[in-house]
Amino acid sequence: MMMWFRTHGLTACVLLLVGLFCLGPVLWQAVTSLKPDQDLVRLPPLIPERVTGVHYDRVLLQSSLPRSLANSVVVAASATVTAIVVGSFCAFALARLPIAGKSVILGVALVTSMFPPIAVISPLYLLMRELGLRDTLVAVGLTHAVYSLPLAVWLLTSFFQQLPKELYQAARIDGCTPLQALLTIILPLARPGLAVAALLVFIYSWNEFMFALTLTASDTTRTAPVAVALFPGLYEIPWGDLAAASLVVTLPVAGLALAFQRHIIAGLTAGSVKG
Amino acid sequence: MAEVRIEQLEKRIGPKTILPPLTLTVHDGEFFVLVGPSGCGKSTLLSLLAGLDQPTAGRILFDGNDVTDLEPRERDVALVFQSYALYPHMTVRENMAFPLSVVPRAKRLERPRIEEEVQRVAGFLGLSALLDRRPRELSGGQRQRVALGRALIRKPRLFLLDEPLSNLDAQLRASMRAELLRLHKELKVTTIYVTHDQTEAMTLGDRLAALNQGRVQQIGRPHDIYAAPANLFVAGFMGYPPMNLLSARLKNDSIQAGPWHLTKPPEAPTVSQEQTVTVGLRPEDVVVGPANGLDDEGVVCGIVRLTEPSGPTLWVTVELNDLNSEAFTIIGTAQAGFVPKIEDRVEVSALQATLHLFDPMTGLRLGAS
Repeated sequence: MMMWFRTHGLTACVLLLVGLFCLGPVLWQAVTSLKPDQDLVRLPPLIPERVTGVHYDRVLLQSSLPRSLANSVVVAASATVTAIVVGSFCAFALARLPIAGKSVILGVALVTSMFPPIAVISPLYLLMRELGLRDTLVAVGLTHAVYSLPLAVWLLTSFFQQLPKELYQAARIDGCTPLQALLTIILPLARPGLAVAALLVFIYSWNEFMFALTLTASDTTRTAPVAVALFPGLYEIPWGDLAAASLVVTLPVAGLALAFQRHIIAGLTAGSVKG
Repeated sequence: MAEVRIEQLEKRIGPKTILPPLTLTVHDGEFFVLVGPSGCGKSTLLSLLAGLDQPTAGRILFDGNDVTDLEPRERDVALVFQSYALYPHMTVRENMAFPLSVVPRAKRLERPRIEEEVQRVAGFLGLSALLDRRPRELSGGQRQRVALGRALIRKPRLFLLDEPLSNLDAQLRASMRAELLRLHKELKVTTIYVTHDQTEAMTLGDRLAALNQGRVQQIGRPHDIYAAPANLFVAGFMGYPPMNLLSARLKNDSIQAGPWHLTKPPEAPTVSQEQTVTVGLRPEDVVVGPANGLDDEGVVCGIVRLTEPSGPTLWVTVELNDLNSEAFTIIGTAQAGFVPKIEDRVEVSALQATLHLFDPMTGLRLGAS
């Protein structure tokens, strides 16, 4: 034990500190969400003596949060599918097809993703209104897809480029059109990359606040982060409800990240070339 | 099956010339080898033939039809990659069936027919027991066979092989060479085989083209090229150990090559007196024997630097001094029964029979080729 501490003690301490730094607020939220209202602003006790589910009851059964969660799922899923489908075609063209100015295209894509959302929000709002999409999930999903597309294109381009070029060439010689080669060879092999890109787009869309706030106006279209932000009433802030809602909103993406992690690690290309 | 004609084919990327204009004809049903050191443009040429790359200028004709602008799938060409390029997410069966299953629906064979074809080719290549495995579960030789099977299954007009054996170990390589020849004999598909290994080129090719820096140095049957290399590059590249190349001077009817006085061969060309030439001596024409201690006229002695046993012959690298006392090395064959050790003093003599003469300025072979 002494030996172990001597060799790994410092590492363990640093890890503990970093862990506390990252997860401390989450832990605090979890504790808060279980405290009865009267204990909320009292310290001590640090660990609540009485535990209550009243906040969760209120958030899940008596508010519009479930509806907002469903909205978030629809928006994030459709944004992810759109960004990945369009992004795959785009990335494939950039990675394998003979087109001029590839680096310029990638550069421009990068530049557009650097625009601060606040800079495009007014024109975007006007555009959506003209299109008759204001206060619809389509508007939010579409915006998220467009905004995460540069990221998806960049990620997928590098994943496609990492696949041995010979595999694409072999497919072409075996009689595939470029599209067939993409669908039958490249996409199945780039599954870990697709998963990573999809995960990042999904998390971005799930967490995105400003577009969702601007483009929606009613409970039927609000996404979860917007709904949580609108929890506070006029005269009091329901800390317990907020904490419970935050945890409920965080849980799905945290779960997704855990589930996808295994997928990412699976090295599918093993054995394709040499080895 | 097709005759392949390449006319003034050229590939440039920007200002850089990858392949200078090249003209070449490969006969129908021939096993043709492109051999050259890496970077000589042979893989580029293969990509152009397969349609993976577009030439800057020139034409490619299969049986007289211009295919230069056709897509790979329209050319009916099969290519075996050095890395095999098997699809890792598919089983051996799916890999081999792939070229048949991506054909447009109207022309596609029915499923049972495809399976029949897979079975036939797998039987042919000894893969029947491995059909449900994935590429990563196969050995190098087995992967190589699958790659061959995938290429053969659709009976292509032209069969391209890009260094297909270079990832195999030496023993397997020899047996795969024999297998490739057997396949070619049975299928009679026009084959173009690219390699940097001159042994492979010599043993496999009906004819071969030696390439250097994109230019064809010599085209011919392996034996003819070995017997009469067209220039210094081919002389030094084809054959192992490489030919000894000595700077020499013509004097009357003899040639002063290094320390030797050699008789000018009868077919030797009209070279002006005192002209400097390069003499090529194959290692098998240089005999290394024990030094007898006598300093006879015409006896040349040197120090053994390296011995290389190769089956019945023992190659010996000997360091000699030329007339100007500058050291140079020459590779020869040890006399039967003579096993020199490193640092031994030995006697080296050159057989007269086969001298190769080259112009040191142009590098070209002199005299009747």
